[in-house]
Amino acid sequence: MPVLLLLVGLPLVGALVVGILPKKRPELVFPVSLGASTASLAVALYVLWEFEAGTPALQFIEDLRFSTILDMGWRVGVDGISLFMVVLTAILFPISIAASRSVTDRVKTYMILMLVLEAGVLGVFVALDLLLFFAFFEIVLVPMFMLIRLWGSDNRRYASMKFVLFTAAGSAFLLASIIGLAVMTGAQIGTLASFDIRNVLAIQLSGTAQLLLFLGFAIAFAIKVPLFPFHTWLADAHTEAPTAGSVILAGVLLKMGTYGLLRFNLTLFPEAAVRMAPYLAILGVIGIVYGAAVAIVQPDVKRLIAYSSVSHMGFIVLGMFAFTTQSLQGSVFQMISHGLTTGALFLLVGMIYDRTHTRKIADYGGLATVMPVYAGLFLFAAFASAGLPGLSGFVGEFTILVGSYLSFPVMAIVAGSGVILAAIYLLWAYERVFTGATNPKIEGLKDLDFRELAIMAPLVVLIIGIGVYPKPVMDRVEPSVELILDRIESATTYQVPLVGRSSAVVDIEYGEFDVHEGGEG
Amino acid sequence: MTDFLWLLVALPLAGAALNLILGKRIGEPRSGWFGFGLIAISFVIGFGASLGFFAGTSNPQTIYLFSWIPAVGADAAILWDPLSALLTMIVTGVGALIHLYSIGYMHGDDRYPRFFAFLNLFIASMMILVLASNFAVMFVGWELVGLSSYLLISFWFTKPEAAAAGKKAFVVNRIGDWGFLVALMLIFMTFGTFDFRTIFENAPAMFGVGAGTITAITLLLFVGAAGKSAQIPLYVWLPDAMEGPTPVSALIHAATMVTAGVFMMARSAVLFELAPVSAGVVAVVGTLTALLAAVIAVAQTDIKRVLAYSTISQLGYMVLGIGVGAYAAGVFHLTTHAMFKALLFLGAGSVIHALANQQDMRKMGALRKAMPITFITMAAAWLAISGMFPFSGFWSKDEVLAAAFARGGAWLILYVIGLGVALITAFYMTRLFAMTFLGSSRWDEGVTPHESPRTMTVPLVVLGLGTVFLGLFNTPARHAFEHFLEPAFSGVEQVEGLSIGLISTLAVVAVIVAIVGIIIGLRRYNTEVLPDETGAFWRRALAAFGVDDLYGRFLVAPGKAVADWWASVVDPKVVDGAVHGIAKGAIGGGERARAVQSGQVRWYAAVVAIGAVALVVFLLVLGGGF
Repeated sequence: MPVLLLLVGLPLVGALVVGILPKKRPELVFPVSLGASTASLAVALYVLWEFEAGTPALQFIEDLRFSTILDMGWRVGVDGISLFMVVLTAILFPISIAASRSVTDRVKTYMILMLVLEAGVLGVFVALDLLLFFAFFEIVLVPMFMLIRLWGSDNRRYASMKFVLFTAAGSAFLLASIIGLAVMTGAQIGTLASFDIRNVLAIQLSGTAQLLLFLGFAIAFAIKVPLFPFHTWLADAHTEAPTAGSVILAGVLLKMGTYGLLRFNLTLFPEAAVRMAPYLAILGVIGIVYGAAVAIVQPDVKRLIAYSSVSHMGFIVLGMFAFTTQSLQGSVFQMISHGLTTGALFLLVGMIYDRTHTRKIADYGGLATVMPVYAGLFLFAAFASAGLPGLSGFVGEFTILVGSYLSFPVMAIVAGSGVILAAIYLLWAYERVFTGATNPKIEGLKDLDFRELAIMAPLVVLIIGIGVYPKPVMDRVEPSVELILDRIESATTYQVPLVGRSSAVVDIEYGEFDVHEGGEG
Repeated sequence: MTDFLWLLVALPLAGAALNLILGKRIGEPRSGWFGFGLIAISFVIGFGASLGFFAGTSNPQTIYLFSWIPAVGADAAILWDPLSALLTMIVTGVGALIHLYSIGYMHGDDRYPRFFAFLNLFIASMMILVLASNFAVMFVGWELVGLSSYLLISFWFTKPEAAAAGKKAFVVNRIGDWGFLVALMLIFMTFGTFDFRTIFENAPAMFGVGAGTITAITLLLFVGAAGKSAQIPLYVWLPDAMEGPTPVSALIHAATMVTAGVFMMARSAVLFELAPVSAGVVAVVGTLTALLAAVIAVAQTDIKRVLAYSTISQLGYMVLGIGVGAYAAGVFHLTTHAMFKALLFLGAGSVIHALANQQDMRKMGALRKAMPITFITMAAAWLAISGMFPFSGFWSKDEVLAAAFARGGAWLILYVIGLGVALITAFYMTRLFAMTFLGSSRWDEGVTPHESPRTMTVPLVVLGLGTVFLGLFNTPARHAFEHFLEPAFSGVEQVEGLSIGLISTLAVVAVIVAIVGIIIGLRRYNTEVLPDETGAFWRRALAAFGVDDLYGRFLVAPGKAVADWWASVVDPKVVDGAVHGIAKGAIGGGERARAVQSGQVRWYAAVVAIGAVALVVFLLVLGGGF
């Protein structure tokens, strides 16, 4: 059974059904949309369940070639990294759709766009064909643009335009690089081009070609992440987008950038990656400190969270280019965690925005007295985002920092200051919005209702769940990460630090004292 | 019994979750008794599991629970040795009394169940910290303790001061945590693991005394400890933490939480032994903190602030103990301090309660008759902290000072300062005691003080007994306490003992110092009219020498200015401007196009077209490649 086709296809089918629903039955739009995305989630969970841990091999492969001469087609599959991106996406979409109850204007179009968006993002994460990847990567752009443009708040024109221009500029580089790479691959295997990533992996590239292609891919993905200094579209887009748009944007769209870096830049161009690693890592660290510092003084809650995303995504890039098994695992984990925590924060901001139609911190004050349950959940999400141990954010950032220190000690130390800054921007915002005397303007607001609690519940459970017991995730991510590192090691002179790696782990026996020799000091 | 140790974390955690979710249904006072009961059971479990150490029949052991972060080899596991056993008993024992006391103290509060949820969470966090078998899990407890203290300090969040104090505590602690975090990175790189036993067993073989790596690790650990245990320069959060519900959260910040840093350094004793430079820094900072805080305490008028600064000062003694290598003595002072400081805070709370939330000592006085139980128990605590023979504080403080003396040389300076601090301590504690219980009554009109209810006085009496007798477990003649802890400090050389004669001499000197301080204090404050305290010294000391202002002016304000500048100038003008400029140059007339509202799709097409051009260039450049 083509499981992944089902995964990507179900939201599209849903979109189609929503499209042909009779005008007289508007009440069906919401359940059909939610049903379609939930069905896709069910497939994703099936994939998660059936996924074989402990191997870097691609699984659930589907290979249907459309064109021999161009060697392109429906080629999909998942490994330990894309697996969790798929699951994260499949979880956040039904939640976002459920959180879109306050959308009353052109609901049908809205839902169609959401479902097409879901299919696009899922496609990005499962594609093993470069052209297919690019197609999905671009498909995502259109519904996101429309969501911001049509359902955004005051400054939506500017924000949506900026979003498109930035991303499309990156796409140009991406397309050029992909075609260039496919043609070169084709030349080596005797076709006009080849977009099959397995063929691409097998070819030899000259140093210059690697570097140019690396940069082409890197620019496209860096804009998406967004990496400093390409981040300025993000604050506007996040802020102006409707709630579901912000959740999806921060939760999964940004991950398309880091996922792309991992899947293409690190895997396909190891030599160039090693050469460029320090520069990208530095940009990551700048993003961590800069994003967090700028977040502190934002007067708008959504802008604050947007800049905090720049900071958190910086951690992911740092870990990625530190090239240690710990830092890479941490990066992938942080991609999942950031999707959950920032998704939760944006959902919560959306819930209060529905009530008050303001995002200005100064318009609040003493909200915890009026909405205690809401306040508790917000504080939970804030601490999760600030990397409190026991919650998911800590596992990612801690592993990234410990791992990155092995390669870039100074950068890791500077990045560590992000934990202080995160505490400042989140707790200061919390203080101004929730504590003190209640602002008369927000008196009498209703606390969260059952639907809103049900929307938050899965995120809370997951944030705690993978924070306390991250092992099932790590076990599936590790082999894929090790494979990337193996490729880098075999293609370059770079040696992955042995510290803490399976061959070097000091054996610890429990229950008795036994003296261990050495270590690697 | 050790099979059940995981319950020490699980029970309080379950209590926290239940009280948080179902608290309203459980209601007052049942949620309080429920929270108390869980901690009492935890104490019984901890005590039972410690029996083997008392008898000397058990060896330290590690109990594996589950693999936490496999990537860095961090397991959720318990290290059960006399040190963790001792801290377990302190945390759950004192913790249970706090819960009991709060049942009465928090009566009538709107969010009564929530308070017990936070208290339970605090105990769970402390237990994770104390029981951890590796640095990574210890850091988990460390941070969660920070969270619980944030929640407790800002419990009455409608008061802006309380909300700000909670945030300040968390942020200042996180500055220390940064140091701890960097220490963890360095530890992992050096040892490839976070496991205590692996590290401590390998370190002496891998590194000589004075090795740079270990010096760096220990100094960074101390930065973390300085945050939690309120040492210079990170102590500023603790006085503000008194905004928490009186005095229960204050007590947490006095008796248990703040000892985390001391505990962490004692746990890492093997590393500090290899780093004499770090140990010296620790000792000096500890001594200076003890001195500074004692001087500030002299001029405070708020009873809780006196106790807050006295806590900082006493923590300085413990840190000095670690610095001079008298780990057991430092931990012993931690133990006695937990007793008498808990007692002082609960006593102060009882007084505040009786005077309708009056915290200003100038409006107290002559409470001796109205509150006999509070008076007598507070008297014991006053004498203990003043270092009076034979109360507990005398024995433990003396151990620390004797250890400094025994090191000789330049360490004698620390001994002398430490002795001076003892004099100041005796003086300001006498001031507190006399202004509260003796002299004339200066109560606000209409206030009729009364003794507190039984749930509040029973903990006072229990702690009073501990305050009086605990010291006798570790006299110079019979170091029962040190023997108990010995297995936890195996591989660490304790400071050589002094001869009994010399010890007795030091003890006599210490008692004389205490008596002098007490006499000066009584003559000055056991009077009908309080002395005038408005001179320059009193004003400056009352304002804590303006350290908070200095931090505000030279750290916070410039930091915020930079962030403001980045946010309002650099980001929109420089970064965004550059990108706009590039886009404008590349596309040509991009600004004009943006004004054309319907042009987006065309623009999108244009950008993709540029991609195609780029592609051609690309292929030409790479032409030689294939």
